[in-house]
Amino acid sequence: MKRINTEILVIGGGATGTGIAWDAALRGFAVALVERRDLTHGTTGRYHGLLHSGGRYVVKDPQSAVECIQENRTLRHTHAHCIEETGGLFVVTPEDEGDFPDLFVQGCAETGVPCNEISVAAALRREPLLNPRISRVFEVPDGSADSFLATHATAQAARQAGARILTYHAVTGLLVTGGDGDKRVVGARVMDAVSGEEIHIHAAMVINATGAWAGRITGMVGIPISVIPGKGTMVAMNHRLVNTVINRCKMPADGDIIVPVHTVAVIGTTDERVADPENLRIEPWEVQLMLDEGEKLVPGISRARVVRAWAGVRPLYQEDYTGDSRDATRKFALLDHQRGHGVAGLITITGGKWTTFRLMAEKTVDLAVDYLGERQPCRTASTQVPGAEQGHYWLGHRLHEIEEEHLQGELICECELVTRTMIENAAKRNPTVTLDDIRRDVRLGMGPCQGGFCTYRAVGILHELARQAEGAGPTEEETKEGTERDAAWEVAYLQSPRHNLSADERPARDEAGLQPNLLLRDFLQERWKGVTPILWGRQLKQERLDELIYLNLMNADHLPQTGEKSPLTDFYLYDATPNEQTEAPA
Amino acid sequence: MHTTSWHSVGPSLDECIKCNICTSYCPVSAVTDLFPGPKYSGPQAQRFRESGQPDTPDQAVDYCSGCRVCNEVCPTGVKIAELNARARAQIAKEKGIPLRNRLLGRNELMGRIGHYAPRLANFGLHNAVSRFLAEKVMGIARQAPLPYWSTDGSFGAWFKRTQKERLHARQKVVYFHGCATMYYEPFIGKAAVAVLEHNGYEVIVPPQNCCGLPMLSNGEFAAAEGYHQRNVNSMAGLARGGYPIVGTSTSCTLTLKEEAPELLDMHSPDVTALKMGVWDIFEWLRELHEEGKLRTDFRPINLKLPYHAPCQYRAHRVGKPALEIMALIPELEIPESHARCCGIAGTYGYKTEKYQIGMDVGEELFQFVREQGDDVTMTACDSETCRWQLEHGTDLPSRHPIEVLAAAYGLYDLETRELTSQSNSM
Ligand SMILES: Cc1cc2nc3c(=O)[nH]c(=O)nc-3n(C[C@H](O)[C@H](O)[C@H](O)COP(=O)(O)OP(=O)(O)OC[C@H]3O[C@@H](n4cnc5c(N)ncnc54)[C@H](O)[C@@H]3O)c2cc1C
Ligand code: SF4
Ligand code: SF4
Repeated sequence: MKRINTEILVIGGGATGTGIAWDAALRGFAVALVERRDLTHGTTGRYHGLLHSGGRYVVKDPQSAVECIQENRTLRHTHAHCIEETGGLFVVTPEDEGDFPDLFVQGCAETGVPCNEISVAAALRREPLLNPRISRVFEVPDGSADSFLATHATAQAARQAGARILTYHAVTGLLVTGGDGDKRVVGARVMDAVSGEEIHIHAAMVINATGAWAGRITGMVGIPISVIPGKGTMVAMNHRLVNTVINRCKMPADGDIIVPVHTVAVIGTTDERVADPENLRIEPWEVQLMLDEGEKLVPGISRARVVRAWAGVRPLYQEDYTGDSRDATRKFALLDHQRGHGVAGLITITGGKWTTFRLMAEKTVDLAVDYLGERQPCRTASTQVPGAEQGHYWLGHRLHEIEEEHLQGELICECELVTRTMIENAAKRNPTVTLDDIRRDVRLGMGPCQGGFCTYRAVGILHELARQAEGAGPTEEETKEGTERDAAWEVAYLQSPRHNLSADERPARDEAGLQPNLLLRDFLQERWKGVTPILWGRQLKQERLDELIYLNLMNADHLPQTGEKSPLTDFYLYDATPNEQTEAPA
Repeated sequence: MHTTSWHSVGPSLDECIKCNICTSYCPVSAVTDLFPGPKYSGPQAQRFRESGQPDTPDQAVDYCSGCRVCNEVCPTGVKIAELNARARAQIAKEKGIPLRNRLLGRNELMGRIGHYAPRLANFGLHNAVSRFLAEKVMGIARQAPLPYWSTDGSFGAWFKRTQKERLHARQKVVYFHGCATMYYEPFIGKAAVAVLEHNGYEVIVPPQNCCGLPMLSNGEFAAAEGYHQRNVNSMAGLARGGYPIVGTSTSCTLTLKEEAPELLDMHSPDVTALKMGVWDIFEWLRELHEEGKLRTDFRPINLKLPYHAPCQYRAHRVGKPALEIMALIPELEIPESHARCCGIAGTYGYKTEKYQIGMDVGEELFQFVREQGDDVTMTACDSETCRWQLEHGTDLPSRHPIEVLAAAYGLYDLETRELTSQSNSM
């Protein structure tokens, strides 16, 4: 059994955990982070894509609004390339109640969220598909953000500052000393999900940043905390119907925001209490509700093509909370278990928003400092993560770079403009177990055909890498460092075709274990999972073609090694049984 | 242009299932790497083009010739060529329109200017020095087949001059001649009038201007809108009155029928009335034939006449009516071309940087003609610029099917392109 010693162990590779690893490493702590799957596999990779201005919370939750606008400004600097400056509009539709717009304006003034009322005509010039029957429009500094890229870039920054990031490592138990009254958490038992090996990581402080799963970690040492899983469903349209974030100007509710992210527009979300944060079935009424609500903002949107639906779970912490989950606080919960439950060495951070992850990380490490002693001050608010110097994301950048560099013939994923070398480099530069991991790095398979044409091509590339890697063991230096699959971690430029003109010179190594048939089956299943809830019309036509390609032409259902499984094979299956505790609204 | 779905062709990008059929048919991407193909430049790139962007994301779409072969083969109905035309218009808006494209877009103006002194104009344009200068200064390819101004007056002047001789009848049909017939090839219009009158129809030629297509394909949407509106003002009433409006230029009729309303988002009742009233002349003659009303007193034409249905014509989605009608002519042998495009695609092949692409695209067609043997002395094609390109690529004269039909009625001489005395006495 392997043993690792560190000062701070972070559990959870979402935005929050990765942010903590970055912050703590910059302050000079020795840090290790474990994530049981790929980074952002949890809620962070299943969110709506909105960099909040705070506008949404000015009436209901002013403190959140203040935090949002502050972090909105900070992230535009520290994570510039992960953010598109779309701007946002709050629109009053004929259905929206009387005095809210005035409260909204007042709330913006009080919380410092910049808000500028513009004429309906000006709004329609900017967004011609907007409902022409709206009566008032307010402009706010919303944006859209790529949480995959942001988290990976943060992880790279953390590594550069000395942190170790271990993905596909799950905490299965906490290491504890002492008994009742002086219990202390001194580390965690960790399972390498790929090799099956168990590792003990000893740390002076364990930080539980597992979001909606937080109660499971504290449960390991008998601390009952209530994290309400609130499932939110979103649907993505095949192309951007709007280029500005569109919000309903009313009390936050279901389906009242449309966010243009990359090449799609996403309508969201629902909010339903569920028992299990893991298996999230999307109910037909949820999809219908999103489209119906979307119609109120952009009439006709429900007739446009939907490519996909997915759901994430909100980790909503509230002590002794039993009500409806939308009303639980959006503020984050930072739990000092020594003070709260008499268990030393463990801190839980949960709740909050993607937009405020950096602030949450700062406050969490501040608390750890209370126990571990002062080091350097927090520097994350002024430090740019790698890649930020590229400036803000703009929609056409890939198309532009592909044309300037004449890469049209190099495309593997044609819908999202991913080249062969982008995929090779993604595989080599950070740990890759499934094609889904590469999807998060470069957007493979995220366009209209949902993997129909790129899956077999990408599998071929990984197969080649795997063959090159066979027999090529870790280098001496790597053995010395003891790094596992946390390869090179150079993800800052993975999204840019221009920065990946040539394949990384490093020889393939960690790809040796990849099995092409399994990669293919897993990814097809994963894409299928998100398409199943919206299978009608044009996407149905698309899936029929994809089906012909894989099931008829390639016989993908009967490839050798049908019994083999990856750590995610079961997760990708679409479970058709309804979630517990979900009820259709009356 | 803000968002794709704002205009009428945009939403069709949602239909794309990425099958690549269009890519495998596009005649341009088959011969050059400068154009990445219909799927790439159309529905695919469009998803990256929305919103005010810091830079124009792609310019290769300018290499799309607009031939619409892609639309013809797409199984799901994506309006690829129109998406491309829209994207070109956006580039034109951002980067400006070169003088060359403005000139090529205004062939009506050129036609009118030249026709006042056609011999001088022909000399002025068709000498080595000026073609050299046109290439250097403006980027109009030296070798490309520019037309000659008619030296015996415009079609309009002839029509007015011969008013007394024209047939006056209860049944009437409206003729849209287009700029090429007006200034360069009045004989096409004369043949059309002769055929229509031979079938007992009085021909009305209302005031009309350029259909606007050259401007549309060069991204000058605002100008095209004015042109189309004037045509609508002049002809919508006739269309409402139930008069068929027929044209001999397949691209003009396509523009009136479909391209202008769609690309320019013009959907007024008048625009729609005109749209519904327009026919390609052979489409209409075929209808007449199906009703048993087309005169079939044809003289045999002993000729092997390779025929190319231009891509603009195929975009009408009416089959190949000219072929069907010509097939009625005794002894006329018509080998049918299946080439995708002649390569000129309106004004495309005139541009220096695109001339060779146009010729390479056309090679499929030229070769088809050569393969028909040495006894071929002439070809046929409906569209004017295609005919000029066909002549340029094969060194054989080319005729409009309406000329062939007029000749079969004994009204027209295919060699000299003049009406026969018989027709004048009608
Ligand atoms: C539907 C929806 C839409 C949202 N939209 C927005 C938005 O538009 N803007 C915004 O700012 N915020 C949004 N949020 C909120 C935001 O997404 C979350 O607050 C944020 O992503 C939480 O990040 P996290 O790191 O705390 O949790 P997570 O991302 O869930 O990370 C927790 C991680 O812990 C890992 N983990 C769990 N158990 C273990 C274990 N035993 N061992 C190791 N690892 C483990 C999980 O795999 C997971 O990756 C949205 C939330 C939802 C649900
Ligand atoms: S219009 Fe013609 S040239 Fe343009 S993409 Fe379609 S087939 Fe190719
Ligand atoms: S033929 Fe039509 S559906 Fe197929 S790729 Fe081209 S545009 Fe898409």
